[in-house]
Amino acid sequence: MSSETKQILTTDGIPLEVSLKKAEKKNKIKAFLLVAPLLFFLIITYVFPIGDMLLRSIDDKMVTQMLPKTFKAMENWDGQELPDEEVFAAFHEDFIKLVEDKREGKLSTQLNYTKNGFKSIIKKLRRASKKFEEGNYKEQIMSVHKRWADVEYWRAIQRRAPEFTGQKYLKGMDMYVNEEGKIVSVEEDRRIHRVLWLRTLEIAFFVTVFCFLMAYPIAHLLATLPMKYSNLLMICVLLPFWTSLLVRTASWMILLQQQGIVNDFFVGIGLVTDDNRPEMMYNKTGSYVAMTQILLPFMVLPLYSVMKTISPSLMRAGKSLGGTPFVAFWKVYFPLTIPGIGAGCLLVFILAIGYYITPALVGGASGTLISNQIAFHMKSTLDWSFASAMGLMLLSGVLVIYWLYNKIVGIDNIKLG
Amino acid sequence: MALPKYTEPHYRIWHYIYLTICGAVFFFLIAPLFVIFPLSFNAEEFLSFSDGMKSLDPDAFSLRWYKDMIYGTKNPWGLAAKNSFIIAIFATIGSVILGTVAALGLSSRHMPYKGLIMAVLISPMIVPLIISGVAIFFFMAKAGLAATHTGIVLAHIILGTPFVVITVTATLSGFDHSVTRAAASLGSDPVNTFMKITLPLILPGVISGGLFAFVTSFDEVVVVLFLAGLENTTIPIQMWTGLREQLSPTILAVATCLIILSTLILVTAELLRRRSERLRGINR
Repeated sequence: MSSETKQILTTDGIPLEVSLKKAEKKNKIKAFLLVAPLLFFLIITYVFPIGDMLLRSIDDKMVTQMLPKTFKAMENWDGQELPDEEVFAAFHEDFIKLVEDKREGKLSTQLNYTKNGFKSIIKKLRRASKKFEEGNYKEQIMSVHKRWADVEYWRAIQRRAPEFTGQKYLKGMDMYVNEEGKIVSVEEDRRIHRVLWLRTLEIAFFVTVFCFLMAYPIAHLLATLPMKYSNLLMICVLLPFWTSLLVRTASWMILLQQQGIVNDFFVGIGLVTDDNRPEMMYNKTGSYVAMTQILLPFMVLPLYSVMKTISPSLMRAGKSLGGTPFVAFWKVYFPLTIPGIGAGCLLVFILAIGYYITPALVGGASGTLISNQIAFHMKSTLDWSFASAMGLMLLSGVLVIYWLYNKIVGIDNIKLG
Repeated sequence: MALPKYTEPHYRIWHYIYLTICGAVFFFLIAPLFVIFPLSFNAEEFLSFSDGMKSLDPDAFSLRWYKDMIYGTKNPWGLAAKNSFIIAIFATIGSVILGTVAALGLSSRHMPYKGLIMAVLISPMIVPLIISGVAIFFFMAKAGLAATHTGIVLAHIILGTPFVVITVTATLSGFDHSVTRAAASLGSDPVNTFMKITLPLILPGVISGGLFAFVTSFDEVVVVLFLAGLENTTIPIQMWTGLREQLSPTILAVATCLIILSTLILVTAELLRRRSERLRGINR
């Protein structure tokens, strides 16, 4: 009874609590409706397609759909000895259908990925299958080629039964499933992807370090100079920031070429002889130099915005308490800039790890990154599922860093310009 | 930054070393842009300074690459420039409308799941472009929008909205919500309030977000490389092809024009930023 008497009613006679909740809910819906158009637009055009990439990267339905009856019959096969007549008959039935649709070539390509040697025996089987008599397919197929009587090849077919596979991811790490079903690495001299991953990490790491070392002093200068000078110098940071990436890459291509200005300068000061000009482009050096300059503003701006908030009196206090300028800097100023350092380093690292254009233009063969490999598979080999798999591996790395960034800086605190 | 008179000599030396380092870094940042200017007026077909240019011989300079850029018969720059501007303008309009409206919702304190939704809205900026390119290509191919202007505009809206969301939310963070309540109490409907009160106040943020979206679209090459057909070629695509095949001075003429454009954008953005800070009462 007592709770009823305490209840406050609005003028409409509805309890205040209910009325407030209603208003709150209405406000929530209003706010959400404003965000909804962009949110749904992005979910449909962006988030779902990334999910689609995931499906593509593990999709292995092609063979499954080409040999449905075979795989059904194989369910009772233990894989120890040659399968029995039932499997052979089902395989024959599937195969005849594929030959009718002229799709047996695709089957041979796919099976050849799993085990070498399928191409020729499928061709032979196609020719022979025209003269096959009804019944006893096991004998007839086995007589086409001795590999058809080899249990290894039937196991290889069976391995393609699942609709999904992680083999593209393994391939991205230079690994594969061998005949015993174990995950092993490819031979040492064919491990191209591991080299690329390591190089991507290495270049992204060192570009971040270089950017930090160069950005820290100038951000400090910009933050401590009087406004009228710092505004002028800020243009040096902002103009490259707003200039087209391709323009900046082009200028590095001009500067770094063998007859370019940097080499002219080196010859001029006698560092190298004229006929011995170093290659500074189309290798790692090119990627390092160009990426560092291009990403430098992304380090300067967060550092600057943090340093701007540090009061100069703190350094003075440190010095007045007996610290040398270096001690005061190290013990007082530097710790206060750590949020800016974190923001800048993570931002530059995230951008560098996914860089594509600049390495492709100035990196040559030894300076390209994992992104270039993804683009190569998208545009040249058309192995889209492999490109998707590598893209998602890269993405998961970036998301980890993004999560860290969010923990340390918070995404709402990203500042631009 | 003058040093106090009592500074000890070795700190004085350190200070000058520090200033030298800063000077070198500023030089490293800005100098590469200025190489392009003189070389785009080269009379010859080389990408290095000829002897005539070094001695400032007027005959060594010419406008031939600019003429080639505009009148060159084989040059696709005209079509590319037209496409680039059309795509960038529509992408900017789309990004600004979607982004501003979303930012209004996000700044409301009633917004549920703010962190999660913000993460989704910002993600196109964080995810490496190559991955966005692959994903957007898959979508556009399925929707039948690959190699169309519409497809590229939509793709650039995806990439441009995060910038608008960030700049407008930042502007709204210093926004005094009592003015909209005052407008409502005086009988204004929400749309009218937005157009007459909120929008003029957050306009600097909206425009600077729009500039980011414009530049993002105008300079974007990775996603367009996947999406564009011959008809949809843009300036970045032409530059990319040119830089890959052969570096001709015509590209430098185009690059010079782009630098001038970016200078204009920079000046506009800076003026807006200052105006916005004044309006929000931030005096730094």
